[in-house]
Amino acid sequence: MTASAAPSTRRALDVRNLGVRYGEVQALDDVSMTLDAARICGLIGVNGSGKSTLFKALMGLLVPGTGSVELFGRSAASARKQGLAAYMPQAEEVDWTFPVSVSDVVAMGLYGRLGPSRRLRAPDRAAVEDALGRVGLADLRRRQIGQLSGGQRKRVFIARSIAQDARLLLLDEPFAGVDQASERTMTALLKTLRDEGRSVLVSTHDLAGVPELCDEAVLLHRRVLAQGDPSLVLTHGNLARAFGPAPSTTTVRSAASAAPDGGS
Amino acid sequence: MEIVTFLLEPLQYGFLTRALAVTLAAAVVAAVLSCWLILMGWSLMGDAVSHAVLPGVALAYILGIPFSIGAFVFGAGAVALIGIVRSTTKLKADTVIGVVFTALFATGLAIVSATPSQIDLMHILFGNVLGVSAGDVWQVLLLGLLTLAILLFKRRDLTLLAFDRTHAHVIGLNTRLLSALLLGLLALTVVVGLQAVGIILVVAMLITPGATAFLLSRSFDRMLVIAVVLTVTASLAGVYASYYLDISTGAAVVLCQAIVFAVVYLFARPDGVIWQARRRRTAARTRTGHTRAGRNRTGAAAVGPAPAQAGSGTAPSASDPPLPASGPSVRGDA
Repeated sequence: MTASAAPSTRRALDVRNLGVRYGEVQALDDVSMTLDAARICGLIGVNGSGKSTLFKALMGLLVPGTGSVELFGRSAASARKQGLAAYMPQAEEVDWTFPVSVSDVVAMGLYGRLGPSRRLRAPDRAAVEDALGRVGLADLRRRQIGQLSGGQRKRVFIARSIAQDARLLLLDEPFAGVDQASERTMTALLKTLRDEGRSVLVSTHDLAGVPELCDEAVLLHRRVLAQGDPSLVLTHGNLARAFGPAPSTTTVRSAASAAPDGGS
Repeated sequence: MEIVTFLLEPLQYGFLTRALAVTLAAAVVAAVLSCWLILMGWSLMGDAVSHAVLPGVALAYILGIPFSIGAFVFGAGAVALIGIVRSTTKLKADTVIGVVFTALFATGLAIVSATPSQIDLMHILFGNVLGVSAGDVWQVLLLGLLTLAILLFKRRDLTLLAFDRTHAHVIGLNTRLLSALLLGLLALTVVVGLQAVGIILVVAMLITPGATAFLLSRSFDRMLVIAVVLTVTASLAGVYASYYLDISTGAAVVLCQAIVFAVVYLFARPDGVIWQARRRRTAARTRTGHTRAGRNRTGAAAVGPAPAQAGSGTAPSASDPPLPASGPSVRGDA
């Protein structure tokens, strides 16, 4: 498969002064962040901190009140037309009883560049097979998606973004409900994708895996509290601001101790 | 020989042949559409559109234009109205649908009652498949074929829309246009089904075949095929039943579809409720282990009454671990 329109810039993502309101609630306030090509960035925050809203703004599912979003130097709409970004939904957003097979879902990654009836030709089928092989699901290609384990379900969607040849992967809570072995498999897979030049933005409220996976991190709580190297972002002081003044959950503590303490 | 006579006798009447053609065409188109409708969670939308076409049909009769034009205009209009009200209030979709379609249905009833001599309300509401003319047959066949062709051509996009609307949007597909297309085809399908079973029962044709096929399928293409096969079977059985038992054709067709659904719901392997209850019972017996091993023979015999028990819809009771010694037979009697 040919790579989809080679991005003209090293910058995968450029968010400037983004503000989003839902009625009276300010969901995002003056959020600015960048992500370069071939980097993995962890988007960290509690539930309700605006992670999902930021994803929606990146995908053009909502119109921001203020600010702008650029993907690879283009408008979000133009980036969508080029198939530059791919989205992995949270587990609960997916209807796992839906009558589609693993390879059906992976093939959906190609639809943007197929003809109007989305009929797969031989090279398209090869791209699907290749993507399935890369995530280790080739033997399960005929399974209905609900018959997969939690980790396998996640990998189906990574395979879909590989088939799509997306340059930016947006993963919403990819490690929720996934066992440790699957998390390690996915971490390795995402790093391989990064080494091919793809960028990955991972939203999570589970901090334990961040230092291992991410090249950089953004700590979000409606505004950006900190961004940069994970060890500089995940400090006690920053985490207290993002997760509340008395971090008591094990995930917060373990991640904070995993990262050198530069804040307090 | 007798079977051949049984099958051929009704067909010597032109009106019955036409009824069969219209019913089959409507049933197939509706069955195919129903697969997407139930996966989108739009069953209520099918209900709404079918009721909302009443004023269109009534006006078409009054103005002397083809009923399908009036029905389509009001079907599509109802969809648009629901969309507008939905996006400009904080009301939930089912509420808006309920308000809009009852308003349009009432409008239709008012129009019909104001012009009593010209329109037979019963025919619109419950279908008049035995009274369709050759012209009606052609109208239904043409619209049916058009709808079917568009549905099948765009089937992969529509399935993607139903499965993962966000992904469709992210890869640059126009999800609003695809939704509008599916709703437009829904309106067309309602128009096609009107003559066969009427406004009220066309809802069943739009929901039941897809629901039945969903219970039997793990792939979408299979679901489409099963829905069509089931609906053709039920339509043929319904038309013949209506001839030999002298009951309303629309009602007979919908009843046959409901019977097929019930059979699948109960007996389909591996997910029919009877097999589920059986598995739970086996699992319960395995769990309670060797303390109950001595009673396994009576236990096996008690699998027999499982259908009666599952039919009551209280399947979880099958896994009650502390069964009294006479448990299975007592439950079988009850």
